[in-house]
Amino acid sequence: MPDLDLFVPILIATLGAGTPLLLAALGELISEKSGVLNLGVEGMMLMGAAVGFAVAAGSGHFALATLCGMLAGAALALVFGFLVLTCRANQVAAGLALTIFGVGASALVGARYTGRALPANEVADIPFLGDLPGVGSVLLAIEPITYLSLACFAGVSWFLYRSRAGLVLRGVGDAPDSAHSLGYPVVTIRYLAVLFGGAMAGLAGVFLSVYYTPTWVENMTAGRGWIAVALVVFAGWRPGYVLVGAYLFGGATIAQFHLQGIAIASQILSMLPYLATIAVLVIISCSGAAALRHMPASLGTPFHPER
Amino acid sequence: MFAIKSASAVAVALFFALFASAMPAAALDRVNVGFVYFSPVFDTGWTFEHDKGRKKMEALLGDKVQARIVENVAYGPDSLQVIRQLAADGSHLIFTTSFGFMDQTLEAAELFPDVKFMHLDGYKRRDNMGTYSLRYYEPSYLAGIVAGAMTESDTIGYVSSFPLPAVLRIINGFALGAQSVRPDVKVKVIEVNSWFDPGREREATDALIAQGADVVAHVTDSSAPTLAAEKAGKHVVGFHSNRASFGPSSQLTAVIPIFGEFYAEMAQSVLDGSWIAQAHWRSMAQGSLGLAPIGSMVPADVQDLVAQRTEALLSGELHPFAGPIRDQAGELRVPEGEVMADDALYLIDWYVQGVEGKLPE
Repeated sequence: MPDLDLFVPILIATLGAGTPLLLAALGELISEKSGVLNLGVEGMMLMGAAVGFAVAAGSGHFALATLCGMLAGAALALVFGFLVLTCRANQVAAGLALTIFGVGASALVGARYTGRALPANEVADIPFLGDLPGVGSVLLAIEPITYLSLACFAGVSWFLYRSRAGLVLRGVGDAPDSAHSLGYPVVTIRYLAVLFGGAMAGLAGVFLSVYYTPTWVENMTAGRGWIAVALVVFAGWRPGYVLVGAYLFGGATIAQFHLQGIAIASQILSMLPYLATIAVLVIISCSGAAALRHMPASLGTPFHPER
Repeated sequence: MFAIKSASAVAVALFFALFASAMPAAALDRVNVGFVYFSPVFDTGWTFEHDKGRKKMEALLGDKVQARIVENVAYGPDSLQVIRQLAADGSHLIFTTSFGFMDQTLEAAELFPDVKFMHLDGYKRRDNMGTYSLRYYEPSYLAGIVAGAMTESDTIGYVSSFPLPAVLRIINGFALGAQSVRPDVKVKVIEVNSWFDPGREREATDALIAQGADVVAHVTDSSAPTLAAEKAGKHVVGFHSNRASFGPSSQLTAVIPIFGEFYAEMAQSVLDGSWIAQAHWRSMAQGSLGLAPIGSMVPADVQDLVAQRTEALLSGELHPFAGPIRDQAGELRVPEGEVMADDALYLIDWYVQGVEGKLPE
């Protein structure tokens, strides 16, 4: 079995593998909490990854690349928002179309950059971190965007349950008609939530293409966007469980590399995240109302203000 | 009506007569060659090397050859459409450059008996369909010598794709090379179940480094292992392409296929009418494989040793799979004084002793 010396590297690797899942799932959580189910996460992630990589390769400027990747994700989300919020199209169909569109469009954007190298990624060390006795070098080995994702987690948790705006967002997701009659702009709030979801998916994509691998290739998210969508359901729409789930799924990927050759076939270990999601879906649907308490009541339903 | 009918019948007969006389059994003036790639042409990697081969073929044969490529072809029924289209559009010779096209190539070969097909790494053949494969284990053995000489932890990591004979040959050849300079070296294998998934390739590389590997090699197609090794300050052996630009201080060397001369040879034989369906298994001595320049971090005596062994390999004096070779269970597979036969090597389904990795039952 993996010995104790492996604990720290496995922990660091798990944080890295969980980061894109956490970022994308937090964005999707906000979107779903407002009542909009966006199945286009995979497409928005790919778009963010391609645009981010193109900007990083072209300019060598990683902060700019990150920003552009987020904007690309948000731009795709805006198209989705127009379809489902303004035109009130079916959210499931529009989301699936968004993913298919994102796969193709990102391949087009990234075509020139496939398999290219990035200029040296000189990310500034986070000050004082390396000076901490004992754990300093470990903390430095963690990607800066992983820290950013943890900050995003704290921000999203605070926003949803501790801020007035978060209360309004949840209100819009649970009872859009009541929110509307109280004078809240339901469609505008949903647009903002969808745009946030897109930007976070774009950030997850940039993390993969610019910081994590770092390389661009068609379809490189390899289903991580879908895991993020499943993760929100897995977490029962609660941010704390999104965090746990992201590292659980990330950890499953890493663990299977370390367990290979010891006991179980790698193919079976590769199925772990999906098996876990199915198991949780079964548990949720069996335990009924209690598990669904945090599910936005209007999830997936278009809003008609004139009615 | 009858007159018109008979006139058209005569026309048809004439047309076929002309057509038949325009199609000589042998020698052509110009050969149309089609290539089917499973991925787009990148700046590095498998398809890039095939396309480099295609360009070299064009340079060697000039206007006697006309090449057409179709890239990013998915495995399965779609690939049959592409191969058929190439054949119907007048290709005389079609290369399908991935194992996954085997059944579709065979199907197309049955539909177009006058077109020659060459499928990579497969085992199905026909009188108009040959196969070609490279003895990757030869340069892998040499790269293993470099890795064995450079490891200080006696642990080398291998990011593997699938447990296919073609992959096992490479890893075994590499391990035998490493053991030839450092008998106790361990080669740890992690499979990522993909030819190309930069995320998983990076994670597997990190996992191997965490398990003590200070040199990592791979049988996957992205540069992620090189980038991860560079980042971790470890060494790496590249695969399919020289990836030194991704790992200037980490790449010890890289194992590289060379297709140009072989493609030109095949096209020429179709021009002459001398092409026959064969199973080609090309070696370093035939110029079909090589190593990327060995990095400056490798000491001169190691470089000399590699040069020496390369000579011995090219002259046929050295065979990487020369006995005694034991498998993981310690069973003697190749006795002393013998070399493994090509048939057994082509279908190998076991790891040599010293490789740590589990194969499917």
